[in-house]
Parts: sequence; structure tokens; C-alpha cells
Amino acid sequence: MARTHHPSSDTSRLAVETRRLTRVYKTRRELTTALQDVDLEVGEGELFGVLGPNGAGKTTLIKILVTLLLPTSGQAFVDGLDVVTDYKRLRSRIGMVSGGEQAGYGILKVREQLWMFSQFYGMDSTAARKRIDELLERLGLSDAANKQITGLSSGMRQKMNLVRGLMTDPRVLFLDEPTVALDVSAARDVRSEVRRWMREDPTRTVILTTHYMQEADELCDRVAIVNRGRIVAEGTPRALKQSVDDDVIVDLQLDPGTPVLDRLRAIEGVGAASVREEDGVDRFSLMLADDGVLPRVMTTVEGAGRHVSGLVRRQPTLEDAFVKLVGRSMTEEEA
Amino acid sequence: MSTAQHVQHSPLRIFLKTIAARAYPRVMAANRQKTWVFFDMAFPMVGALAMVLVYQGLHAPRQYLGFVVMGGAMLAFWQNVLWSMAAQFSWDRGNGTLELYVISPTTFEGVLLGMALGSMFTVTLRAGAILLLGSLLFGITYTAAGTLPAIGVFLLTLAALYCLGMLLASLFLFYGREAWHLSNAMQEPINFLSGLYFPVNALGAYVGGAASLVPMTLGLDAMRQLLLPGTPVFIPAGTEALLVAVQIPVFAVLAGISLRYMEIRARRDGKLVTRWE
Repeated sequence: MARTHHPSSDTSRLAVETRRLTRVYKTRRELTTALQDVDLEVGEGELFGVLGPNGAGKTTLIKILVTLLLPTSGQAFVDGLDVVTDYKRLRSRIGMVSGGEQAGYGILKVREQLWMFSQFYGMDSTAARKRIDELLERLGLSDAANKQITGLSSGMRQKMNLVRGLMTDPRVLFLDEPTVALDVSAARDVRSEVRRWMREDPTRTVILTTHYMQEADELCDRVAIVNRGRIVAEGTPRALKQSVDDDVIVDLQLDPGTPVLDRLRAIEGVGAASVREEDGVDRFSLMLADDGVLPRVMTTVEGAGRHVSGLVRRQPTLEDAFVKLVGRSMTEEEA
Repeated sequence: MSTAQHVQHSPLRIFLKTIAARAYPRVMAANRQKTWVFFDMAFPMVGALAMVLVYQGLHAPRQYLGFVVMGGAMLAFWQNVLWSMAAQFSWDRGNGTLELYVISPTTFEGVLLGMALGSMFTVTLRAGAILLLGSLLFGITYTAAGTLPAIGVFLLTLAALYCLGMLLASLFLFYGREAWHLSNAMQEPINFLSGLYFPVNALGAYVGGAASLVPMTLGLDAMRQLLLPGTPVFIPAGTEALLVAVQIPVFAVLAGISLRYMEIRARRDGKLVTRWE
């Protein structure tokens, strides 16, 4: 497993630490291991990303760390407090914002709802209102402050949720897919505010799960890649990208036709391959051991009767590192 | 903006602020959605008044009309406990609000009391309207001397009822639809066993005794004895008031224990979260 330490993080004081953290879900018929032996260390002041495909265990990890779930075995500490035994003291120090969150009461106006949640933390009402107004302004939501929540767009709602997470000044903020389903502008505002909030106090820590590799690359000091309940790699985005530096990354665009993904993956020298459909064409991303593999790829494609409409060689991204480590892209379902 | 220091407020402060904050949406809902006047007042009133007419048609003793009117008024509080307090966690789990309660430093007791107080205005108005209109329409008279003691019993009954509501709410932390069915199943039998529309002693000592576990049974009977002359005595009103007073700390302590226990079970079994992966 790749592992590097973030140079600016204060590793002498850990914001999050897990030791052999395991979570098994029991249903009537079977046991599902959502997390297995996860060891994680996040230094105070880090923006740490947790990446993984659907069902990898990201949300389970977050829910344990915010005290919503108990681990089946192992230990987890947030801000130095045990999530199992010290959860009452811990709760005033953490915050959580999830993507697509619908929490709260639609009858309330934005400012009212935020005030209501601030009171669950014992905040002084005047100070809470001042803080809420500041954050609403920073996120461009001042005009919606007196708008009823049922009338908000999804972008506005998510920004409001972010204000809720930030207003109590948590020591550790957990963001679970905070920009999911947001338009480009709203997602940018959310990312920008997270960065600004962290700059205000270098001891603040953010744990972010995301489906968007670019977001993780842009925001995170370090990331962990989770697959099937285990951490398969951990390091800075740059270090993870370097792990695929020696590979040749090729984007191949094919017109619709016979499926060829498995055939491409079977070619010797193809380290990883993923595909996504976009604008009616299949866009393949291939990781090749060297340039000499490309002719074999082209022969396979032509043999399948597929027409190549585009071919580009490019620099590796975090997504490529992810595909290499996990064996599939973030959006691709497990076979 | 200055760098904020982490502040840990006292549990009492958080508790009191939570009550006020959680009451707020209920107050605002009553203010902004006026339809409750129709659905929460007119419909239940029709139900109680229909029962009065049945008794009138059967030429039942006069105080029976008073039983129904008082029972109809108390029903408003019971339904509030059952649906707007105990079952509320089911709604809150569905939209993710329960998760936010759990991860905050507040307590379930504060949230539940806030819910109860927030809807007190509308429920009291509904109960008052049934009492006033029913009494005026059917010429029901009450013993003036019993008014103050009856108000005392009423307040004790409310306190015990809401503590019972907290106990029931703990079920919703762990169970979902199952608890919903339980609430549904409890409504009509408890309406019956509490003697909402008839004197409790008609149930006999054993059934009435078992029904006395619900504070409304004893409270309502005591209030009837105090306000309606000629009410058959199940247990003397003073004893009933005392028993209801005892139920308050009993249900409060049980609710506290049950809420803690159910929270831990729900965390263990993943019942607090709306999704997991």
C-alpha cells in the first residue's frame, strides 16, 4: 500500500486515528463486511480525502467517526476522543454535511433553520445569528436568508447545509459527497468556502468523501483510496499520480458497437482499462505498460469491428491512479 | 472573521436551548400553515360531538355527555403524544434530521420536550375548543369547586403523558415501521381502555387497573370526579392524582434509560443512518 505523510500536517496531534477498524453489517441471511482492519492517521489541519467506488465503505467510515455507528471491532479516535466511549464529549467538536441532504423542516426559513441547529450546540443566539449571516454572505446566500427552505434549489440547499456544518466551528468537519449533483458554479463555491474555512484556523481538519477525482485532486492534502472495505492506497494526490507516471495513458474514443472492455483488459501490457459513455460514444481510458502495447490495442478494437473516432495520449490523473489500484473507475459497477 | 475556539457548553444550557429551538418549527408551522385549524380542530370535534349525540339518543345520564366532552379534549393530548412526539423520530430518520440530532451534543429528551411544547398551543386550542363548544352546545355543567384541583390533575396528567411519549419515542430510535405499527395499534385500544367516552369503572378492576398504566386513564377519571357530580368512582380522585404524580418520575427515568439503551443498540445495528455503504 502506498503511504506518504503530508508535510504541512501536524502529525504530532492526530485529528483522526483508526486502528484495525472493522464494521460488519448483519442482515437476516448474511454478513456484509463494510470496513475491514482500516488503519488511518489524519493530522490536525489536514484536508483528507476518502475515495472509493460505491459500496467501498466510505460512508460507513464517516458514520463511525461521527458516532452514528459503532465499529464491530477496532478503535477510532477523533480529536483524541474515542468514538465509542467518549462520544458525548466528542459530539460538540464535530460536524457533518452530506450531499443531497434533506434534513430539517421545510416550513422554516433558511436563517431560522440554521439558528435552530445552532441551539443544539448551545450557541448564544446573537452570536449564532451573526455567524450565520457572515457565512450566508460568503456563500452568496444572503438574499435567500428569509426564503422558506422548500423553495430552495438543490445548490442553495447544499450551501445552506454547508453553513450548518461550519457555523459551530467544529474541530473536525466531515463532508460526505458535499458537491454531489451540484452544478459547476455551486460546487466551486462549496469547495472555495471549505478551503477558506480551513485557512482561517490551521488546526481545523476536514475529512472529505467524494466521487469527483478532480475535486479530491484540487482540494485534498492527502487521500486514501478505499476498496471493498480496505484502504488500498494512501498519500498525496501528487504521490498517487506519480505511481502511474511510468505508464502510458491513452484515451480512446470508439463509436458504439460490440463491448470490448474485457478484451482490452486481457491484452498483455494493459495495466488498467475503464470506459464511460458520453455523447453517444464510448470513451476508454487505457493504462499501457509502454507504447509498444498500442498496436495490439488497435488490432483488438478493429477485430471487434469497432471504429476509432479519437485517440489521445495524456498526462496521468488521480483517476488513473485510482483505476490502477482498484481495477475499475469510480462510476463503474463491480463485476 | 476571527479564529473560533472550541467551546463546550453546559448540558443544562444545551438542554434548555434545544427545547426552545425544537419548539420553534412547530410554532412556525401553526403560524404559517393555517390548515391545522380545520384538520386538527374541526375534524376531531365532529368525532367527539357525534359520541355525545349517541349518548343523548340513548338517554344516558347527563354526566355521560360531560365524560365524552372531557375525553374528546384529552384525546387531543394523547394523539399529540403518540403522533407528534413518539412517532416524530420516524419522520426525522427518513429525511436525515435524526442523524443531525444524534451527532450534536444535545439530548433526545430536549428534542422531544421541544416537540411537545411546540405543539402545545395548537393542541390546547383544539382541546379547549372541544371542551367549550361541547359544554355550551349540550349544556354541561361543572362543579366550580373542583376546577382548581382538576387543573392540577390535568397538569400532572400532561407531564406523565409526555414522559410516556418519550418512552415510546425511544422505540422509534431502533425500530422503524414496526414502531409505527405499534403506535397505530395502540391508538384505538388505549382510547378504549382509558375510558375516553365512558367511566373507567365500567371496565372492571382488572382491566381498569391495567389501563391505569396509561396516565390518561387515572387523570381523566380524577378530573371527571372533581368536575362532574355523580361520576362513578373507580379509585378516589386524590389517590388517582397521587398515582399519576408517581408515574411522572417513573416514566421519566424509564424514558432516559430506554433512550440511552436504544441509541446504543441503534448505533450498533446501524438503525440511525438513512443509508450505508
